[in-house]
Amino acid sequence: MNLSLNDVKRIADLAYIEIDENQAEATLAQLSSIFNMIETMQSVDTSAIEPMFHSQSVSQRLREDIVTESDQRVLFQSIAPQVQEGLYLVPQVIE
Amino acid sequence: MLNASLKELSKQLAEKKLSSVELTSFFLQRIKTLNPDYNAFITTNEEMSLAQAVDADKMLAKGEGGPLTGIPIAQKDIFCAKGWLTTCGSKMLSNFISPYDAGVIERFNLAGAVNIGKTNMDEFAMGSSNETSYYGIVRNPWDTKAVPGGSSGGAACSVAARLAPAATGTDTGGSIRQPAALCGISGIKPTYGLVSRYGMIAFASSLDQAGPMAKSAEDLALLLNVMVGFDARDSTSLQRAQEDYTSSLEKPLSGLRIGLPKEYFAKGMSQDVENAIDKALAEYRKLGAETVEVALPNAPLSIPVYYVLAPAEASSNLSRFDGVRYGHRAESYSGLTDMYRKSRAEGFGPEVKRRILIGTYVLSHGYYDAYYIKAQKLRRLIAQDFAEAYQQCDVIMGPTTPTVAFNLGEKSADPIQMYLSDIYTSAANLTGMPAMSIPIGFGEKNRPVGLHIIGNYFKEAQLLNVAHQYQRVTDWHLKSAV
Repeated sequence: MNLSLNDVKRIADLAYIEIDENQAEATLAQLSSIFNMIETMQSVDTSAIEPMFHSQSVSQRLREDIVTESDQRVLFQSIAPQVQEGLYLVPQVIE
Repeated sequence: MLNASLKELSKQLAEKKLSSVELTSFFLQRIKTLNPDYNAFITTNEEMSLAQAVDADKMLAKGEGGPLTGIPIAQKDIFCAKGWLTTCGSKMLSNFISPYDAGVIERFNLAGAVNIGKTNMDEFAMGSSNETSYYGIVRNPWDTKAVPGGSSGGAACSVAARLAPAATGTDTGGSIRQPAALCGISGIKPTYGLVSRYGMIAFASSLDQAGPMAKSAEDLALLLNVMVGFDARDSTSLQRAQEDYTSSLEKPLSGLRIGLPKEYFAKGMSQDVENAIDKALAEYRKLGAETVEVALPNAPLSIPVYYVLAPAEASSNLSRFDGVRYGHRAESYSGLTDMYRKSRAEGFGPEVKRRILIGTYVLSHGYYDAYYIKAQKLRRLIAQDFAEAYQQCDVIMGPTTPTVAFNLGEKSADPIQMYLSDIYTSAANLTGMPAMSIPIGFGEKNRPVGLHIIGNYFKEAQLLNVAHQYQRVTDWHLKSAV
């Protein structure tokens, strides 16, 4: 597998992590060697094997659709970067 | 107080020969004096710790104390603790005062234990040397030129340097067992689903599991009794009858079948580690155990499988850090997306970014089957190998790590070399099986060696029994680095 500089920039973009040209190049070298190591997985034929998503064969628990949390807005917003009148503030997204 | 077992401390507290305030003050003073040498703690809070100690003394005075009431425990900084700075080793959470308690913290609080401080760790638990922490490196108490291991490096160091009687850790690929081995202490990762993940900052949710780190298997059993339990707020928490992990510690080992995976003994292990393992196995044979060779043909693929699955899950879990509701937000930005990009670029360190990028890639369109599904299939093959091995043996043994603690800086420039320090440990996370490490001697430069003991699902009591019987006839676990 050959990773390109554009691949690195694209995945950084998908992951919402700003990355400059120098960092992208350094990252490319590191990711390439990691993916070479990962490629050793292909040495085993797994065509007849079911994927294992969970170590125990348990099903998702369900619960009653009732309110279980109390209102802690003031507490939660006390650690927010920017709030106003009980709302979280972010840069304007609609003109 | 320094070298006492939890049982001894508990007895002294119950008999009023010692108060929790005295015990807590003693360790707070040690941390104040010695932490600058080790950097094992990110945060201490005398006022909050002592308030818990005062409450514990009240419980004890009324005769309402349990085995851990009044005992100071060092909590890994991955556990949210109400009112405590909880950083997960990251700049991203450098201003995060947790508004709530993790399930593990709640259970320790209920037991009357004292939170003595929050321990240093690799950023978001991603690392094997504690060198990725935003809060600086941690030093190995046996040799301050060496790493303590990671990601629970601060936890392992705090116990080895006797800055706390016991600690908590979390283990996604070896993060309890590897630092326990490198710092010469005992640590256990229980079966996946036994300890609540609620409020434990998520790295790879299908692999993450909390467990105790302490001086002996007997201490671990007491800690596990408090930590294990169903929690409805963790969607993968298992509902099982409560077990007493101390109940079978004294069982003799005659007839125990120890499986030795030929893949683990074939190559990769350094000579000093192998010598210590051979001596430990000889000790087990003296205790009446027999050893049998077993095969884990797919186990060597654990590292590539792990480095697909763990980053994939991490990239999803860490998408919550966006600088909106809590955590780091960049100073200046041009719009919402730019705010996300800059906040994440500034808040995450290089190793965390690297893993987010790997995970994003393996989950992206066109690569999902080739990497993620392939890894999940291999995960099943690895689990099947273990299931077959357990037909011939009760527990599996081998080295916890291929070498003793390496030097600070030795592997930090080469991610792959660093990843390979978890070569023996990550299979237990992929399969969800319990596994532990105990100290069995010293290797090169007089640095500790750990024995890895893996058990079948829910066999924690047996693992602790196997470890305790060894510790009854040897004294490696009593050796102190300080």
